[in-house]
Amino acid sequence: MNRVAVTGISAMCGAGNNLEEVWSNLIAGKSGISTLENVDENMWPIRIAGQVKNFEISEDLLEAKEQSRYDRFIHFGLHCTDEALKQSGLLEEKFDPLRIGAILGTGLGGFPFMESTTQTYWNRGPRRVSPFFIPSFIPNMATGKISMKYNFKGVNYTVSSACASAAHALGAGATEIMLGRHDAMVVGGSEAVLTGLPFAGFNNMKALSKRNDDPTKASRPFDKDRDGFVMGEGAGILILENLEKAKARGAKILAEVVGFGATADAYHITAPHPEGEGTIPCMQQALDMAGVKKEEIDYINAHGTSTPVGDVAETKAIKSVFGDHAKNIDVSSTKSMTGHLLGAAGGLESVVCVKSLVDGVLAPTINLENQDENCDLNYVPNEAKKRDIQFALNNSFGFGGTNSTTLFKKYEA
Amino acid sequence: MEMQEKVIKIVSDATKVEAGNIKGETNFVDDLNLDSLDMVEMMMKMEEEFGVEIPEDKTEELKTINDVTNFLKSNAN
Repeated sequence: MNRVAVTGISAMCGAGNNLEEVWSNLIAGKSGISTLENVDENMWPIRIAGQVKNFEISEDLLEAKEQSRYDRFIHFGLHCTDEALKQSGLLEEKFDPLRIGAILGTGLGGFPFMESTTQTYWNRGPRRVSPFFIPSFIPNMATGKISMKYNFKGVNYTVSSACASAAHALGAGATEIMLGRHDAMVVGGSEAVLTGLPFAGFNNMKALSKRNDDPTKASRPFDKDRDGFVMGEGAGILILENLEKAKARGAKILAEVVGFGATADAYHITAPHPEGEGTIPCMQQALDMAGVKKEEIDYINAHGTSTPVGDVAETKAIKSVFGDHAKNIDVSSTKSMTGHLLGAAGGLESVVCVKSLVDGVLAPTINLENQDENCDLNYVPNEAKKRDIQFALNNSFGFGGTNSTTLFKKYEA
Repeated sequence: MEMQEKVIKIVSDATKVEAGNIKGETNFVDDLNLDSLDMVEMMMKMEEEFGVEIPEDKTEELKTINDVTNFLKSNAN
């Protein structure tokens, strides 16, 4: 099988609108979570989120007349894809369009347009529903617009597996390269659903933190006082390439994707299996695929959403997979700073893993003030840590009991 | 505002083409490069602005600004 190189990365979220902004804020332990402005308290029981601010997509990526026709997750996907592609240098090469594809993940797709158009339909009738409504929100339109912008004619689809979407997309994209069906793939995901209905839905599941008065302290994975996740929006995109071909064209290789796992809990619609029956084999699969011993793993970017049940279950699963070595692993949840990007989380956090490998710095878990005794690993509390690492593993788990783990390796020429 | 001016303004807002560059004989497809979805959206905006229903089979005949203005004039209440 072909080796898979990462040659470009980009991210955006409440902590910044491009890779460098996001990474420098995460390393500084700065929260990107804030109070949502101008929302009606009666309609918004929860008013905190990791919200992208001051963002307008460039007209190079989406013409002025098109901008209002595509929902926000499509803007995010295009914006980050462009940054990642520029870093990869791929666009400066002559390429066969059929050998480059895009597989992205999104949990909910264009929910904001769905919500507003539903109102138009009921209030003003079917004749007032825009002909652009369907293309504005369908989950695969981010990948579709990417193909049109860059003339990528290879495989093109979108994965939706709740909060594991982007991670599954990455695995699917890596597979295309491993099997030799494509030379390069745009992978990752984007999500933008900070509208009333998702907040109401997640809140009524008792999944969200209620700390409206203290936004930067609300997401506190592994802390005793955590009370749910904080919604986030954004994107995380990676450019994957056939490693030998990337080398041959002189690309700068950032890291390698060496393994991934994917399993189902087969247990409950929203609750994780308390003993990690799905997540344990998921992590193990990633290690086995790479042929890596568990003792070689240095860093885990945890799913760690800051829910009371989820953080304990993931901790247990990590201890079960890694045994005594678990205490040597640094485990951090950057959701403490970004909030939970839902379907894009695995994209953003894969980007974080790659930056950790490249820079030898691990982003912290902030707000870890009183560690839960049932969460007894090293969570890189509150401050970034310098550590030269060889292997970084990312966990992304989703409603429906779906699990995905991705394993990245430092690249040594 | 004259009806023609109003029509041009709607087209200009939707296409981001300057109103000064849109004339009576401007053709939606040949000059403004609009596709079928653009056309549906444009006609919806005309219907809304002028309170006129433009039947679907009629929209295919409306190829220029003048066509639209004339149709609206003869069908407006």
